Amino acid sequence: MAASLRQVVAGSWRQPQRYLLALQCATHHTRWCLITSRTFYTAEYDPNEKVTFEKLLIANRGEIASDDKTCKKRAIKTVALCTDLSAGAVHVKMADEAVCVGPAPTSKSYLNMDAIMEAIKKTRAQAVHPGYGFLSENKEFARRLASEGVTFIGPDTHAIQAMGDKIESKLLAKNAKVNTIPGFDGVVKDADEAVRIAREIGYPVMIKASAGGGGKGMRIAWNDEETREGFRFSSQEAASSFGDDRLLIEKFIDNPRHIEIQVLADKHDNALWLNERECSIQRRNQKVVEEAPSTFLDPETRRAMGEQAVALAKAVKYSSAGTVEFLVDTKKSFYFLEMNTRLQVEHPITECITGLDLVQEMIRVAKGYPLRHKQADIPINGWAVECRVYAEDPYKSFGLPSIGRLSQYQEPLHVPNVRVDSGIQEGSDISIYYDPMISKLITYGSDRAEALQRMEEALDNYVIRGVTHNIALLREVIIHPRFVQGDVSTKFLPDVYPDGFKGHKLTDLEKRELLAIATSLYMAEQLRSQQFLGSPRISLAKLDLNNWELSIQLGDGTYPVTVSNNGSTFSVEVDGMKLNVTSEWNLASPLLSVTIDGTQRTIQCLSRDAAGNISIQFLGTVYKLRILTKLAAELSKYMPEKAVEDTTSILRSPMPGVVVAVSVKPADLVSEGQEVCVIEAMKMQNSMIAAKTGKATSKNLRGSWQHAGNPSCNL
Amino acid sequence: GTGPRSLARLARAVSGGVAGLARAAGWERGRVSDSAARLVPQEKRRAALLGGGQARIDSQHKRGKLTARERILLLLDPDSFVEYDMFVEHRCADFGMESDQNKYPGDSVVTGQGRINGRLAYVFSQVFFCFVLVGQMHNSKFNLPRVMFSLSWAGSDCSSCLISSLCLYLQIMDQAVMVGAPVIGLNDSGGARIQEGVESLAGYADIFLRNVLCSGVVPQISLIMGPCAGGAVYSPALTDFTFMVKDTSYLFITGPDVVKSVTNEDVTQEQLGGAKTHTAVSGVAHRAFENDIDALLNLREFFNYLPLSNRDPAPVRKCHDPSNRLVPELDTVVPMESTKAYDMVDIVHSIVDEREFFEIMPSYARNMIVGFARMNGRTVGILGNQPKVASGCLDINSSVKGARFVRFCDAFNIPLITFVDVPGFLPGTAQEYGGIIRHGAKLLFAFAEATVPKITIITRKAYGGAYDVMSSKHLRGDVNYAWPTAEVAVMGAKGAVQIIFRGKETDAEAEYVNKFANPFPAAVRGFVDDIIEPSTTRIRICRDLEVLASKMQSNPWKKHANIPL
Repeated sequence: MAASLRQVVAGSWRQPQRYLLALQCATHHTRWCLITSRTFYTAEYDPNEKVTFEKLLIANRGEIASDDKTCKKRAIKTVALCTDLSAGAVHVKMADEAVCVGPAPTSKSYLNMDAIMEAIKKTRAQAVHPGYGFLSENKEFARRLASEGVTFIGPDTHAIQAMGDKIESKLLAKNAKVNTIPGFDGVVKDADEAVRIAREIGYPVMIKASAGGGGKGMRIAWNDEETREGFRFSSQEAASSFGDDRLLIEKFIDNPRHIEIQVLADKHDNALWLNERECSIQRRNQKVVEEAPSTFLDPETRRAMGEQAVALAKAVKYSSAGTVEFLVDTKKSFYFLEMNTRLQVEHPITECITGLDLVQEMIRVAKGYPLRHKQADIPINGWAVECRVYAEDPYKSFGLPSIGRLSQYQEPLHVPNVRVDSGIQEGSDISIYYDPMISKLITYGSDRAEALQRMEEALDNYVIRGVTHNIALLREVIIHPRFVQGDVSTKFLPDVYPDGFKGHKLTDLEKRELLAIATSLYMAEQLRSQQFLGSPRISLAKLDLNNWELSIQLGDGTYPVTVSNNGSTFSVEVDGMKLNVTSEWNLASPLLSVTIDGTQRTIQCLSRDAAGNISIQFLGTVYKLRILTKLAAELSKYMPEKAVEDTTSILRSPMPGVVVAVSVKPADLVSEGQEVCVIEAMKMQNSMIAAKTGKATSKNLRGSWQHAGNPSCNL
Repeated sequence: GTGPRSLARLARAVSGGVAGLARAAGWERGRVSDSAARLVPQEKRRAALLGGGQARIDSQHKRGKLTARERILLLLDPDSFVEYDMFVEHRCADFGMESDQNKYPGDSVVTGQGRINGRLAYVFSQVFFCFVLVGQMHNSKFNLPRVMFSLSWAGSDCSSCLISSLCLYLQIMDQAVMVGAPVIGLNDSGGARIQEGVESLAGYADIFLRNVLCSGVVPQISLIMGPCAGGAVYSPALTDFTFMVKDTSYLFITGPDVVKSVTNEDVTQEQLGGAKTHTAVSGVAHRAFENDIDALLNLREFFNYLPLSNRDPAPVRKCHDPSNRLVPELDTVVPMESTKAYDMVDIVHSIVDEREFFEIMPSYARNMIVGFARMNGRTVGILGNQPKVASGCLDINSSVKGARFVRFCDAFNIPLITFVDVPGFLPGTAQEYGGIIRHGAKLLFAFAEATVPKITIITRKAYGGAYDVMSSKHLRGDVNYAWPTAEVAVMGAKGAVQIIFRGKETDAEAEYVNKFANPFPAAVRGFVDDIIEPSTTRIRICRDLEVLASKMQSNPWKKHANIPL
């Protein structure tokens, strides 16, 4: 470990020049984005307040680690942590110093306390901001920091311990007169005990890791069998993610909302509640869309929840920023879920509506300053929405991780009132080792409609190429009538898309618009391909651009269109309806703003080829079309159909990951629906099920790394 | 001789055409008494356009293929095709070929010129249904090669139809050279008509000669859209680019039957000479497409990259991609560990205009990438070592692949941009016995001989002799850049230290790395012109190409050079 530290502190021992030049070459683009994106704070800094810390180590990665604007403003030097894999990442470039803490897997780097403590000593950082996840709620880490005299920016060890333990936290909450979920129970030893406990509570029950926050390791069981399965998965996941395999089983509240209260407390017994965040839109218990405030809470409920949250914070002598999570049922009864003793991913939306800078307040509190605000000073100004943009495929169980290299990346910062917190840049690798979050996209408006409208625009203008992303899902959610009305629950996604997410459903008009846009784009390209500069050997006879007849394939349908050109406008006749499409037709730009009969749309052309295939991101969803001339379309019926591989006999990994368990041997009989192996990716365990009955003929080795689409077993 | 005959035919065709046009325009509708005679050319034209009858068209369609005329319509701009010699018929009278029902105008090839995106191209498109075969095709489609091979026994005195159609090729090739425009061949031949005899052999040789004489004067492109066997395969082989259609096209000298009888190998047509074989194994074909339509549309796209002749500059198409675009992606593309692979195609895509890269031979010798792209609208030839495959080393196949591409670009004034990440030549007996010295020399020869603008970017490794070969400064590279990650050295640190110290324990590796595994030793000696930030690469190349557009360089006078073949 000492070796790897030396490696980065002294530059790369192998190639010092490379290291230095690589740093010089870092573009300022992303830095600029991050800094300019923050415009929503109203709380001013007190210039007379003494500089708090001189040097701060950020024990995290990605966007939170880049989120050091506060430090920049206050001239605090920052130290970033990196791994062998992430040495060129944005957060490393933005920091004043960087220390390598080991290889890519988190258990050997960002969770490696020894290495981090070493890094703190080396850089003489006075304080550590843990970000979220990783060691942010690790009491052992906080204790070790305290013993070294380094300030942990967060609550003290006692509070972390009390709240980090789900069971203890419930007891504490009960004592502090906070509403808790009925049927609460204890630590689980084995599957049989899990079943016994579950029966006592009464189904359905929820099983999760005691140590884990968020939805990680959380499973819902409706019967004994599912309880056993849930126990197995959760304990494995708990062990791999937190190094602590204790579990928690409790009554599962059906159809609830997930609403959380942001609290902020100082070391002088002051505590505030900074209103709520509605985080009900989740998939597999991980948040996808959040907003503040919630459409559901009335001022009384809000106050009641806020006061209970503050009571709990005070009960554990909490200081710093924290979040008290509640489940709220349809009757507005709320139950304490857990308290997160750290900054949350979704903290920016609270910052938007309250005007407070939470990171700044955390640093102040850590240094011992009292809070500057009174409860009555905490406003709800406007509305903020946050979408978590993930590198994952939303068409597979609302999002299975994808990996790749961001070949093009452009944040929608030209849209007003948009904030993007990201830890990546063009050229970044999304690897299997970390959370697949690309960024948090936050929009702000004077009311909810405005914030959502901005979000729609921002999603349309977000360019992410090279990895699959979930923008299609995000955009569908925020325009869904149920969401727009505020009728949501944590089951929103499975309720609305019972057969899985299928992308945007085009209305007839939208379909015509899409066809017209595709046609125009095709024609623009055709026209451009005849424009040779400075060549005298081009035919003088120009093509007649009136009434070109084309045929477009979209899904199962084939649509004849007629198109005429006049300058930058194409008149496209689809289904007997004429649409005028105007644009600059810049074929190099990833974003294309087009106007169709007065309606402005931003589309992205992801690819187009010589054979007429074109994929267009329209209303968030990517559509594949094929455009041919009428002649080519008529002749294409003679083209041979190519045989498609029968995939049911091959089990393919749906995403890149590691095979952690294999339940069949070659030559075993496997029945349809039987688990064949388990693949772990991005901390998620995924059971691979046989699609048909057969005999296993080959399998890849346990522990091997699988690409998405790799066959992991043949039947 | 064929000369006077073809002239006479031409005259006939022209007069027929004029009459047909006049008729079509309805100028002489009133003169009923003449109408019967005047209908003849029109009927002939209709027959020619039908190219052998509806039944034959249907049978071609049934095979998943288009007819010769349909292919031309798809390839060329609408209404731009001007057909030559539509009324040519075979005049063969042997073996039942004399029957009138076996005579069709334009029955074996359609030739002419037209426009692709407004630019001139000469085209011939073979008509697949040669008769002898038609009857047999329904019984067995695998008998083509035998027919091909038995050419020699055919009677020698028929007045040949094959020869007359071969004349058509010669005619358009001669004209293409005179005018300076590419020749595109759409090959789908059932082979020669056996009945035509030895004359057909002479005819083939005539074409081969034309292919050779055209070579380097106008680009020649072959698109194989059906079987092409026997002697006929050498015409595509002599052209600059050979493309194939997957599943419906084959190229081989001798077919599966002959192979079976001679070597006792069991092999299908597809395995022997299908698109996959030739694009991935033999390197005979440069790329394959899904079907006829895909192939023809891609050919249109490909054509746009080419200059019309060696007298024309590389074309400049209107470009929307700014030449001063920074590419931040490139700053992180090369991994810190020099043993880790990355995709050179990613680099190419992000640098060239609009991420458009027409790769040549993408499945063959994949440790080298070659293809066409544009920089600020101007066509450039791109070469690059591919670290993802075999560490991007140079071996026999990749050297030959690269050399041929360099020579095409040099012949047709297309600037060369070379991305270097090469650990060296591939060692081993297989390579040495295979003649890596001779084949590697081809690439060296090609780069050294090329006088077009040459820009080189060393992204990472440039080791040993392979460094010299990859368009180095010493081979008249015009502008040679190194990225900060570049290492110009005799060899990698580990190997070098092992050799220098002969297995003695030493920590000299780190010292070697510090000394040589960086771009500075090369930069201080002037072997690279500058060490540049990767994100500025596009800007630099665009600027340099503008400067070099007027580059004039010539080699000493010679009859021709002697490339180590």
